[in-house]
Parts: sequence; C-alpha cells; structure tokens
Amino acid sequence: MNIHEYQAKALFEKYGVYVPKGVAAKSHAEFDSALGQLPEGKIVVKAQIHAGGRGKGAFTDGFKGGVKLCANRSEAKLIADKMLGNTLVTLQTGPAGRKVQTVYFTAADSIKKEYYLAILLDRATSRPVIVASTEGGMEIEKVAHDTPDKIHKVFIDPAYGLADYQVRELIFKLGLNAVESKNAGKLIRQLYAMFWDTDASMIEINPLITTPSDEVYPLDAKVAFDDNALYRHPEIVALRDLNEEDPKEIAASKASLSYIALDGNIACLVNGAGLAMSTMDIIKHYGGNPANFLDVGGGASKDQVVAAFKIILSDKNVKGILVNIFGGIMDCNIIASGIVEAVNEIHLTLPLVVRLEGNNSEAGKATLDASGLTITSATTMADAAQKIVSLVAA
Amino acid sequence: MAILIKPDTKVLIQGITGAFGAKHAQLSLDYGTQVVAGVTPGKGGQVFEHKGHKVPIFNTVAEAAAKTGATVSAIFVPPPFAADAILECVDAGLDLAVAITEGIPIKDMVRVKRAMQGKKTRLVGPNCPGLVCPGPGEKSHGGCRIGIAPGYINKQGHVGVVSRSGTLTYEAVYQLTTKNIGQSTTVGIGGDPVNGTSHLDVIKMFAADPDTHGIIMIGEIGGTAEVEAARWIKENCNKPVAGFIAGATAPAGRRMGHAGAIVGGAEDTAAAKIAVFKECGIEIAVTPSDLADALIRAAKAKGVPLS
Repeated sequence: MNIHEYQAKALFEKYGVYVPKGVAAKSHAEFDSALGQLPEGKIVVKAQIHAGGRGKGAFTDGFKGGVKLCANRSEAKLIADKMLGNTLVTLQTGPAGRKVQTVYFTAADSIKKEYYLAILLDRATSRPVIVASTEGGMEIEKVAHDTPDKIHKVFIDPAYGLADYQVRELIFKLGLNAVESKNAGKLIRQLYAMFWDTDASMIEINPLITTPSDEVYPLDAKVAFDDNALYRHPEIVALRDLNEEDPKEIAASKASLSYIALDGNIACLVNGAGLAMSTMDIIKHYGGNPANFLDVGGGASKDQVVAAFKIILSDKNVKGILVNIFGGIMDCNIIASGIVEAVNEIHLTLPLVVRLEGNNSEAGKATLDASGLTITSATTMADAAQKIVSLVAA
Repeated sequence: MAILIKPDTKVLIQGITGAFGAKHAQLSLDYGTQVVAGVTPGKGGQVFEHKGHKVPIFNTVAEAAAKTGATVSAIFVPPPFAADAILECVDAGLDLAVAITEGIPIKDMVRVKRAMQGKKTRLVGPNCPGLVCPGPGEKSHGGCRIGIAPGYINKQGHVGVVSRSGTLTYEAVYQLTTKNIGQSTTVGIGGDPVNGTSHLDVIKMFAADPDTHGIIMIGEIGGTAEVEAARWIKENCNKPVAGFIAGATAPAGRRMGHAGAIVGGAEDTAAAKIAVFKECGIEIAVTPSDLADALIRAAKAKGVPLS
C-alpha cells in the first residue's frame, strides 16, 4: 500500500525526524487557511499523487510541473488552483495520468547539497538494505547504472538491527561534516526504526538535503507498506487513499480476486498468479493485447466467477474474454457450471473462449457445449489464445 | 530416488483441524501419503479421521515428531501465526518445513530466515503449492504429496520440476504425464520475495540426483533467483533443462519509487532472464503450452532419454 508524501512526512515526524513545515489541502476553499499556517517567504506547491517523477510531469491541459517553487503565498495559491482537480502525467503514471485530489504546501528551504536515501528489502540477502548516494535529486537508476561506485549500501542483520558502525559507514561515504554527520546519523536511525515498526516495504527520500546551517532533512518522501502486514497496523490502513486506486481493483479485492487493469482489449480470467501472468503473455505472443491480469485463486467458485465477469466487463475496452482454468483439485465440471450460470446472469454478448484442463475436464467441456451459449472451447493455452485473438480481430 | 522427500516420507500437518488443512490432509491420505500426525495447539489427544485413517493430533510439533517419527511438516496455519509455526519445526529438528500459507508479512519471513541460519531444517515456501514425489500406483498413487498440488496428474519418472507458481507447475506436470514422461519430484518454491528454498537450491539437488534425468525450471519476473540458477547450470549441470519465465507483458510502471530498480538490478525482467537462460544453454519454452516439448527438444539435443 502506498501513501502520499504529506502522510509520509507526518509519519516521519512521529519518529522524531525533522521535516519542513507543510500543510495539505483537498479543496480550493482550504488554500488560504493552509497557506496562512506557513511562514512568509518562498513556498513549494506539490501535487499529491502515488507516483514519482512529478516535477518533470505535465498536466493533461498543458500546464507543466507537479512541483513548483513560488515566490509568495499568492503565487502559490494560483499554482495550486491549476493543479487541484487537474490530471498529472509522469513517467510512472502511464499515459492516463492521475487526478490530483490533494496539494501540499511546504516552506521552501535553502539547499546546500542534495543526497539520496532509501530503505527497502533486498531479496537476494533477505535483509533490509539502506541505500545512500551523494547524487541526490536526479534519476537514481541512471546513477546506479553509470556510476555504481556512487551507490552505497549497508545490509541489516534482522537479529541485531541497525548497528552504529553501519550508520557511520554510510555517513563517511557521503562525506558529511561533523554537524551534518550527527544530524544524518539521527535521521537514519529514526527512519530505520519507522521502517521496521510499521512493516514498511520501502522508504525513499530523493532528495535528502543539507542546509547552510548543516541541518539534514527530507525534501520528498515515498513510502510503501507490506500489504500482508496491514492487519497489524490499523493506523497505516487509515491512510489508504482509495482515489488513487482503480475502482475495478477495489471491487476485485472485495471479492478476494487479484485484478490489475491493463490497456488491451482481451480480458482474462485465470486461476493462479503465474498462470494468469503467462496467459497475458501468450495472448500477446499470438498478436492480441491483454486487458487485465485477473487471478481468481485456487478455488474459482461460481460467485467469484460472476464477480470476476462483472469487473472485467466494467472495462469498456474489452472486446473478448479468455477463461483459462487448470482445475487441479477443483472439478472442472463445477467450474463449467459456474461459467454457464455467470454468462446467463450477466447476459454476456462478447466472444468467450474457455479452456478447462485437469480434473474432470471432459465433463466440463460437455457442460459448456450443452449450454446453448456461444462459448468456444479450447484445449491448450496456445489453442485458447489463438482462438480469442482471431475472434476479437474479426 | 527423488529429492527432499520419498514416497514413504512421514508427514505431519500443522493446522490439520482448519478447513484448508483438513481438506488437503484428506487428499494426501487419498493419494497414499504417510500423513502420520496433525498439530493443533489445544487439540492434542484428538484424532483426525478420514476413510478409516486415524491420524493422532498433538499440541506441539516436537511431541508429534517424537511420537510418530514424522520428519516433514506441511504448514497450513493462518498468516499471523505461520512464522511461529515454521520456527517450531526448526526447534523440533525436522528435516523439512513446507509453508503453504499465503500472505505472511515479509518482516516475519526476514526474521524466520535469519533464525534458520545454521539450523538443520530446510524451509520450502511460503506461499507455495508444496511438493509431490509420485508413487508407483495408478495415477501415481502411493506417492508423497505435501501441500495443495493435485497428485493424480503426476507419473513416477525422471523429470524434476521447480517453479514459483502453483498452476504453472501443474501445467508442466500435466503436459509431461500426457506425453508419458514421469517426474522424480516437483517442487513449488513459492512466489514470495523472501522464501526458504531458491531455484538454485532445488536445481543443485536435481543435478546431484541420479534418478532425475531432465529439469524444467519455471520462473517469473522480479528478483534474480532464476538468473543465479541458470548461471550455475551453465557451469555445473549437463542435464537437459527447459525454462520458462512468466510476466513478459506485466506492466513495469506500477511502482512508486526507483529504489527497487537499483536493488533488484537490471536482470529482473522477463526479457533479461530469458536472455540469460539462452546464454546458459537452457531451452526456452516459448509459451506455457511448450513446457514439455521444450524439455523434449533439450533432451533430444543431448541424447538423454527422459522416460
């Protein structure tokens, strides 16, 4: 689960991290009171969406930049007016962009130097890793690729936690002065405590800045949490912003389905994540374009199939549906009956190709054939993919 | 022979009284697996009955192992208690713990994995379909089925299958069996970012197992585990290997920051993994329908009989 920058910074403050004064506003009416809480002087206006690359992004009406430095409150208000309700497209949002529903005003800082800092899980070692670099404020992937020696990492032993020598190691590599070092050390320990306590999956700060008075603090914040651990963090769940999520994905999670919307026109309904991913791949392989990832899980009950069809069909781009079920334990005939009931209940008119394999699949195919519905049966995944691709192209 | 388990391996099931655990305990018993004990804290002394089988239930793993000789546990307990269940297996000195549970917090697994360092117990999973070692009977009856995979689609033989994904494993096994090619062991290692046994761990065991003549390795986007396994195969394993990577069309932009990309490295995409597979002499299954055929091609090229 992702949260907004302003929420992340509030959490930072809870862990003792100093962050520049900032206020979020969700409506035009809140701008004056929000700006009134900030000191006189320069103000940064920041569009709050769950995606990176905001500064270099552009709004769909042509206005450029989701992060803007303003000379004073009145300019900040004008800029915020342009951002709120507008749709911001960045490298990470995809072409559709995200509607800005919150803007965040912060006091502007005097920056001496920009750094990069992140804490996340390293899959290779199964340990948390802290990543730091002197090359802040730029594309860190490019830094990692071009100058890997400028990326510093320490891996944390979960049995002991973050050791002081590891904090020192990072600080020495960043080349900070004595006062900065003290401040940075404190900040790294505070952020690691937050990472561990809250079951965060990532904390990324780009840039982390030093000021002329040797303070060290985060200018931006991206924080995500492990969905599996949310059950023990109601305070984090409360930060979830449903506006940032696809309504179809929300409906799917309520029906215990795993759904991700894509931009193609062939919907798929599959049991198992690996099979669902490779069903998308095979559609593409035969020249089609998948409209979604949808994993109905191991069971695939009739109610789930109905819910899945409804979610799939709420995507207006969908021109055909491929159902790919490997009934390992489940009886394919029961699944077939579920599909027939679902198709009748929702009056499906689009081409539907069903591939049932595994337990009692012959009876399942017979049930589909006897239903009188226009369902195309397929034997293998390749057969199914070729059939739906040609039906949709026709 | 097989790896990790044998048809007569004695298995205990943690969470045997829950609906999910009970259902799969029954299916394993039907398959002929030696399910010798159940563990549910507070229900020790009760008996799990199914078609004439009477499986004693114990309060602790240590007691169950001591009284029944079970060496492997299948874990079906809910996510908040699963990490603890794994640690209990480690403390009881089991050979193998297979965690089927989906949705265990990553931090719990980070701690468990650290606690297991230097210990005897191996973990497979979590969030995995488990293992199957096919038996000699009709539809591979009499084999050892640990977890949730369909046993009947297997056939006793000489191909090792390792995969992160459950249904893709079944797809591979089904294709092999349909073509009359049997399996030595199928191992589902699970899809979580922190797991007990990697592709490489399983590949090393398959390479050393004289009864495994060919290997199918199924991977996914994310991480670099398949790449490590492929590089090891190139240097150390002369058996025919077929590979498949799922997720070539998965959207890349669905993440918030960039930190994952620098830690994950450049080799975690499907295209990058497939390129490494090719470079390491692994025959690529172009689609999931091609899994068995890819292995047949690889075996033919090396002149190795698969059945």
